[in-house]
Amino acid sequence: MKIVVCVKQTPDTAATLTVVGGVASWGDAPLVLNPWDEYAVEQALRTKEAHGGSVTAMSLGPQAAKESLKQALAMGCDEAILISDPALERADSLLASAALAAAIKRIDAPDIVFFGKAAVDTDTEVTGPQVARRLGWPSLNLVAAISELDPAAKTITVERLLEEGRQLVRSPLPAVVSVVKEINEPRYPSFMGIRKASKAEIPIWSASDIGLQPVPEPALTWPEVIAPVRAEQSCEFVSGETPQQQAAALVERLIEEKLI
Amino acid sequence: MLLVYIDHFGGKPPVAAWEALGAGSLFVTGSDLKAVVMGSGVEALAGEAIAHGAHSVLLADDDRLKEFRPEVYADGLSQIIRQSGADIVLFPTTSRARELAALVAVDLDTGITPDAIQLVRQNGAIVATRPIYAGKLLTTEVNLARRPQLLTVRGRSFPAPDSDPTRSGEIARIELGLAQPRTEVLGYKQSGGGVSLSDAAIIVSGGRGVANNPALHPPPELTNEKEQEIWRAREGFKLVGELAGVLGAAVGASRAAVDAGYIPYAHQVGQTGKVVSPDLYIACGISGAIQHLAGMRTAKTIVAINKDADAPIFKLARFGVVGDLHQILPALTSALRQRLGK
Repeated sequence: MKIVVCVKQTPDTAATLTVVGGVASWGDAPLVLNPWDEYAVEQALRTKEAHGGSVTAMSLGPQAAKESLKQALAMGCDEAILISDPALERADSLLASAALAAAIKRIDAPDIVFFGKAAVDTDTEVTGPQVARRLGWPSLNLVAAISELDPAAKTITVERLLEEGRQLVRSPLPAVVSVVKEINEPRYPSFMGIRKASKAEIPIWSASDIGLQPVPEPALTWPEVIAPVRAEQSCEFVSGETPQQQAAALVERLIEEKLI
Repeated sequence: MLLVYIDHFGGKPPVAAWEALGAGSLFVTGSDLKAVVMGSGVEALAGEAIAHGAHSVLLADDDRLKEFRPEVYADGLSQIIRQSGADIVLFPTTSRARELAALVAVDLDTGITPDAIQLVRQNGAIVATRPIYAGKLLTTEVNLARRPQLLTVRGRSFPAPDSDPTRSGEIARIELGLAQPRTEVLGYKQSGGGVSLSDAAIIVSGGRGVANNPALHPPPELTNEKEQEIWRAREGFKLVGELAGVLGAAVGASRAAVDAGYIPYAHQVGQTGKVVSPDLYIACGISGAIQHLAGMRTAKTIVAINKDADAPIFKLARFGVVGDLHQILPALTSALRQRLGK
């Protein structure tokens, strides 16, 4: 099978975010492979291990995003491609999905494209489905389990997470599958993998390389980034000699404040 | 013209669907609040939309819409939006509607703003405020040049209008040209049940601390330390669940608790779990890692129960109890039972 996994580089989730010069700043916190994408990479690798083929990791971002692609390689992906172009720097999901779909079309006959549920920076959760729509493939979103995958018949059956439960869906391939954390436990990169990744040459595709010329204007702009202010809370500690007294005191306060 | 897409599951709408209608009512003058209802056998839902304040409903009632298949719904909704000439379309932020809005945005070559918590009209465009980095920051976002503007509104950010069955309005049936669906819905599996985190007015959450009750003695057949720890944690989560039961609350958990295998991922609150904003959030044995705080900081009132008086969670908390949750929670549950008469 020809498997593609799309990943993004994001600030570490432990980063403290502030606004500097009107844009988000994560200070000197490290940039990492988006945590959701680790599950997508893992699922891509498991799919290859079960059915053969190759895994291509693909990212859209600045040159520095090569580091996240190297992590995907270190986990076991066969090759990586970075789409990077100054004209794509302020891409919204509409433009990002156009670039990713255009790049995927340059790859010879992919059977399946994996995404993580969301990127922990922009939190949109829409890029995977939009890539599917652009490719004209089914979008299998919020997938918590793959119950069947038949490369010969080119079909896949998945469990999608809805608020009300899991929806079981059978779809033809190729398809775009966006995964949630429940689907697997991502592996750590192996020592050999890290060594191989450190030497890997990652090709960079520009907007014109993927045929996105002229680059469309993004639909969305972000006039202002704001650090939310939460009024300084001074915590009222309830007192009591015993847990029962503490509990009773808390219940009284919650009732007084009409919180329950 | 403004359209509100009414999300539902088998004809049953989540509260968030009416909240989206409430958000839409802020931007219409006169009787121009239009709702879209799609599905099979959903005429009653169109009536409910009128009762909740829609002035008219575009109803696509079609066998092929019986199951929610995003590609089929997107084909239909894109047609409806084109025909209606709507320049703003609002959706609730549910897993279905968010994906649907994303697909429709591609069809209509326009922007999609998911998860708006505030909407303001400025110079003919809706400027949305939405959380990024799991709410550690907010951004304003606007689609200046393209129409329609597509936005999903986060649950519990806009008031749901009251239902008034005496309201009346026009229900216009729409025939859609739909291609043969390529995906097949084989069925559904119920997951857990209970109160959904996103809709919950009260959430009781447990962290690492729930496993920390040395007074409990695991059954002798559990010899492995990890198994004993998980057994202790599950006993601890029973206490969390009992408190949640008395309050009609949903059960949440920190990432640490989920990663340790104490409770399924569906309960995780935080940056790589669910971002929630209930009226009351009770954090039990949660120290308050930044990833967790990002997921619940917008709760109206936070109560923290923790052994460590210096735990960061107390900085966000309005009320704090310093103590052992294994003693505090049963006491709290029984005190509440008495006071609330349950």
